Amino acid sequence: MDKTPRKIKTYVHDALGDKPMRRAVSNAAETSKSSRDKQAARIPYWDLVRQKVRSFKQDVLEHLDEYLIEFESNCQANGIKVHWARDAAAAREIIGKIASDCGAKNVVKSKSLTTEEIDLNSYLADQGVDPVETDLGEYIVQLLGQIPSHLVAPALHLSRQDIGRLFHEKLGEEYTEDPAELTEIARIHLRQKFLNADMGISGANFGIARSGCVCVVENECNARLTISLPKVHVAVMGIEKLIPDLSALPYFLKLLPVSATGQRASSYVNIIGGPGREGSGEGPQEVHVVLLDNGRSKILGDAQLRETLMCMRCGACLNTCPVYREIGGHAYGWVYMGPIGSALIPQFLGEKEGCYAPSLSTLCGACHEICPLKINIPRHLLKLRNKVVLAGQSGFFERIGIKLWAFAAARPRLYRFVTWFPGKLQMLLPGKRAFPAPGYMGRRAVGRFDSKGFAKRFREMDK
Amino acid sequence: MKAAIFIPCLTEHMYPGSGLSMVKVLRHAGVEVEYVDDQTCCGQPAFNAGYRREIIPIAERLIKLFAGKEYVIAPSGSCTAMVRVFYRELDISGALKDDLDDLCGRIFEFCEFMVDVAKVDSLGGTFPHKVTYHDSCHLSRELGVVAQPRKLINDIAEIDFVEMKDSDACCGFGGMFSAKFGELSTEIVARKCANIVDSGAEYVIGADAGCLMNIGGYLRKNKMTPKTMHIADLLATSLDL
Repeated sequence: MDKTPRKIKTYVHDALGDKPMRRAVSNAAETSKSSRDKQAARIPYWDLVRQKVRSFKQDVLEHLDEYLIEFESNCQANGIKVHWARDAAAAREIIGKIASDCGAKNVVKSKSLTTEEIDLNSYLADQGVDPVETDLGEYIVQLLGQIPSHLVAPALHLSRQDIGRLFHEKLGEEYTEDPAELTEIARIHLRQKFLNADMGISGANFGIARSGCVCVVENECNARLTISLPKVHVAVMGIEKLIPDLSALPYFLKLLPVSATGQRASSYVNIIGGPGREGSGEGPQEVHVVLLDNGRSKILGDAQLRETLMCMRCGACLNTCPVYREIGGHAYGWVYMGPIGSALIPQFLGEKEGCYAPSLSTLCGACHEICPLKINIPRHLLKLRNKVVLAGQSGFFERIGIKLWAFAAARPRLYRFVTWFPGKLQMLLPGKRAFPAPGYMGRRAVGRFDSKGFAKRFREMDK
Repeated sequence: MKAAIFIPCLTEHMYPGSGLSMVKVLRHAGVEVEYVDDQTCCGQPAFNAGYRREIIPIAERLIKLFAGKEYVIAPSGSCTAMVRVFYRELDISGALKDDLDDLCGRIFEFCEFMVDVAKVDSLGGTFPHKVTYHDSCHLSRELGVVAQPRKLINDIAEIDFVEMKDSDACCGFGGMFSAKFGELSTEIVARKCANIVDSGAEYVIGADAGCLMNIGGYLRKNKMTPKTMHIADLLATSLDL
């Protein structure tokens, strides 16, 4: 990946200049949010489900070590091979080895942010393996050489005209902007890829500890083909994705589609409990699960920030976020974007690489309000800003400025002088001008300092 | 009923009129108002930028300053939330922890105080204009104050109150965010202002000086007709105080 969240400021500036992208993002986000609101309002016990799911997740995170061992042994009993990957490089190697062991050259993939996180596609390509994304949106962004701009809808930032042009250029199809025709084009191209594939790679929405199963939720049936047609299936899963047992699953399945797209239910729920039965002639001969840590156990060690591991990647926080709606997902510079992305970036990539991400938020709290798991994202962003400061990664002038200001603000007489001064100084400005403020660029007027201030005016009023 | 007022920085230095309006309205409602000298800032700008250790002396000073007051009232949801919600995230010295707990139960945002504590029924003002209301994020989401300002507005005679689209959407101010990501912040407030204009209101009422400065600044600069007004100013004007 050649993007880095260190350059967030540049990306934000560029994104703001891309009007068609912004229109596509804000329309799609608004549509998703309003259907989500409508569906959620129809479920009278919505908040109870949220509470329940939260308590499942809390329990899993508090006893993750035990659940992981339970998951592993139950998977093995089902004939699933379990691999442990400490970091992205280890995960890539494991998957590369599975591919070379079975001689796979053509790989189909269903949408998985976790494989984006480990940058799997370029690694496989370097090994001479051709990974093809089969989720429609992800197929589109792959053809463009981009990464997804939304957790759920990877091509949300594109218009159907963009997609029509892309299919014309890359696939040699006649230009059309009719969504049904575009979908049909992708379907025909992808069908052959499915039939030729000798390995399928998917993510996992949930790992079910007690049954040793993996659950993949989707709408396009591409995941079902990915996990059942090729002779080998590899599911890549973050270690935090576990849930206790199958009886917990319906609660998650209630929350996820409503929060993600405003659907009452997803079109397909796949539960993978092992390779195809011998002699049945169906299903893969091998099923592998790659359990990815890649920094998650470190996040687990922080009693507060641990909550960010509850995320189901539903994308509801993106759809409601005033910042995401203006800039889309690519401006965050990494595979996780939006409010939850801002919180994950510094945790996964460190305070240096992620120093700007937690600041890319007004802290308005709309994300906390909508999150199905009630993850208090603003509170975590505040803590992460503090971690950036403690790691010495905040700006030099900001640091000096704030230290001086804080020194004065704890000393009323000094503070009175420091704050009295600009009011007087401003009177030297011609007309009713105010001091120029950084970031206001003449598009917003700035408030003027009052010549007396409240304290003085209050005393005058009471005289 | 006695109350000490806590005047946030923007009110102190830029919009003292709103602070005075709050005093007048409180007195009109029969509240005895006290202004404690030597107030500074709640520390929120630094806290939001990630500087926690630096503001501990500021927070401890504020806790001591308002110790033992019957009520503390601020014309800002943001600064009230800073004390009530976020001071708990600070490493406050042990001796002051009980004082902080105590203060958290006695500090109120102005609208919240008027409706939930002073339990004023109609104040009896008149304001024959069309107004809309912007929900400030900290006030509505951290403090849960949504109905109270609307009640105060609706109780005014002859007022025409309309809800704008997405009244609870952020105005894009976010304190230092508005400077760090100025261009982005401007785009967010542009969307907010479009909704305000579409509502057809002559005045957009708010309860936080920060949001009002941001919204008002964009409206003025772009020659849009609606005017911003702090809810304390609205109440004082409606009562001719």
